[in-house]
Amino acid sequence: MATALVVVLMVAVIGGSDAAWCVCKSDKSSSTLQKTLDYACGAGADCNPILRNGACYNPDTVLAHCSYAVNSYYQRKGQAQQACDFSGTATLTSTDPSTSGCTYPTSNRDLSPLGTRSISTQVVRNRMKSVKNIQKITKAMKMVAASKLRAVQSKTENSRGLWQPFTALLGDTPSVDVKKNVIVTITSDKGLCGGINSTSVKISKSLYKLTSGPEKETKYVLLGEKGKVQMVRDSKNSIEMTITEVQKNPINYTQVSVLADDILKNVEYDALRIIFNKFHSVVSFIPTVSTILSPEVVERESESGGKLSDLDSYEIEGGETKAEVLQNLSEFQFSCVLYNAVLENACSELGARMSAMDSSSRNAGEMLDRLTLTYNRTRQASITTELIEIISGASALTG
Amino acid sequence: MYRQASRLLVRALGGGRPVGRAFSTDAPVAPVEDSAFVEAWKKVAPNLDPPKTPLSFMKPRPPTPSSIPSKLTVNFVLPYQSEISNKEVDMVIVPATTGQMGVLPGHVATIAELKPGVLSVHDGNEVTKYFVSSGFAFIHANSIADVVAVEAVPVDHIDPSLVQKGLADFTQKLSSATTELEKAEAQIGVDVHSALNAALTG
Repeated sequence: MATALVVVLMVAVIGGSDAAWCVCKSDKSSSTLQKTLDYACGAGADCNPILRNGACYNPDTVLAHCSYAVNSYYQRKGQAQQACDFSGTATLTSTDPSTSGCTYPTSNRDLSPLGTRSISTQVVRNRMKSVKNIQKITKAMKMVAASKLRAVQSKTENSRGLWQPFTALLGDTPSVDVKKNVIVTITSDKGLCGGINSTSVKISKSLYKLTSGPEKETKYVLLGEKGKVQMVRDSKNSIEMTITEVQKNPINYTQVSVLADDILKNVEYDALRIIFNKFHSVVSFIPTVSTILSPEVVERESESGGKLSDLDSYEIEGGETKAEVLQNLSEFQFSCVLYNAVLENACSELGARMSAMDSSSRNAGEMLDRLTLTYNRTRQASITTELIEIISGASALTG
Repeated sequence: MYRQASRLLVRALGGGRPVGRAFSTDAPVAPVEDSAFVEAWKKVAPNLDPPKTPLSFMKPRPPTPSSIPSKLTVNFVLPYQSEISNKEVDMVIVPATTGQMGVLPGHVATIAELKPGVLSVHDGNEVTKYFVSSGFAFIHANSIADVVAVEAVPVDHIDPSLVQKGLADFTQKLSSATTELEKAEAQIGVDVHSALNAALTG
């Protein structure tokens, strides 16, 4: 009798620790719930108890039936969290939705019927194994990012001198007001690198708003898969061209200048605005915008005494005409600035990935600690139970 | 004491004002941010910090001094490294498309396109020679010269026998070229190799 009580208590303790049920949300319309109900029953849930004369037919509401069906589906999928979504109509709960006569199953009762108590440690063990594997993967990704970062960082730092002469000569004119703006957004091809891509995209969208107006035209040129994915949703019509797999091979100047040439050939612009994340340290990246003006705009601004009025005092050597030299200059400037920008962004991406992977390895470690504790407690409890059983059995025989 | 003498003398003679003025405009606080841009940005995206611009990552350049300094400040950058940064030298000779151009302190502000040729940096008796492929040279009124090149190597790193071989190869290619593109490519090869050859022999 005492033994049975201990077993029941233990099951209750284990059951209480991670019992979870999936129920439908009461604020959804009944037609939506009906759809969810139909889907769950069709996709493998046990719907016999909610049929007429079934144990769970009462209360006869769509909500109650829907809850029973999604719960059954969720338990049969091994309590995977994404198995309790149903396009947002269902949610997890820790309170047992069972009513008198109708018991909603939970995994513990499904997986470990009374008497097989060691099975619960196996679930925890499996979970531990998978967390350990995830930790291994994130650790490896961190190491890869760190070793790549070292090479790219020195390259980036060496390329920082390249754009400075152009800025010293042509100045920095983010507020220049021109008709045709082209926003060159630099993002990464791969994910798992924190918020650097969404920062680039957000800045680009704001800059788009800033530069657009009546009789003006603003277009995007997107470098990198992630920027493309984020932009395509709401700015499809303004995307002029997209370029991906920039970082497949180690970045070099030749490759970037070919890319720059490609962009210059395919878009018409008065001002190019390059948006990228400048690498500051492994945990800090500065969103930056570089502006490059077309030769016509440079000439106009310098002659009209605008921001580039100093440029008029320079003598120009080489080339047939001033316009020709300015065209060469502006194209060369674009390739140099783009080269530095691509490198800075690649460096930021690796830094961000490194810190993201570091924190996820740490999270996995914490989770593993918690699971180990649960596992050891359960194991200890089962040993204690066995001992009690043996001792009480022995004392019953001798007494 | 003597260091201050001329200034004190000038002040005593009543000429203090120009000196004072020069002092006040000596180091103008460089506008790190474009205020018009920041204001416009605040209107469209009040919740987002405005992005930085390249100027905020750059050391401000000094203004044009009233007298010509004795040295020229040179920056020579390549995509993969900064060969010379902020070095004070006596003279540089750059291979402009219009011919070799010697740059001394106080040179008139110039933008020059470069052709393949020798860039030499003279500092005292020391002369460093680089062979540059192409690029631009900017000479500013404040005696700062910026040279941006795509590729550059010190002249003593060039193998003369390989240059001869390359020259022969491209000359042969030029004569056998059929399309305009091939001709142009071979012409570039010949130009670069003859410039290299001239750099080695000259």
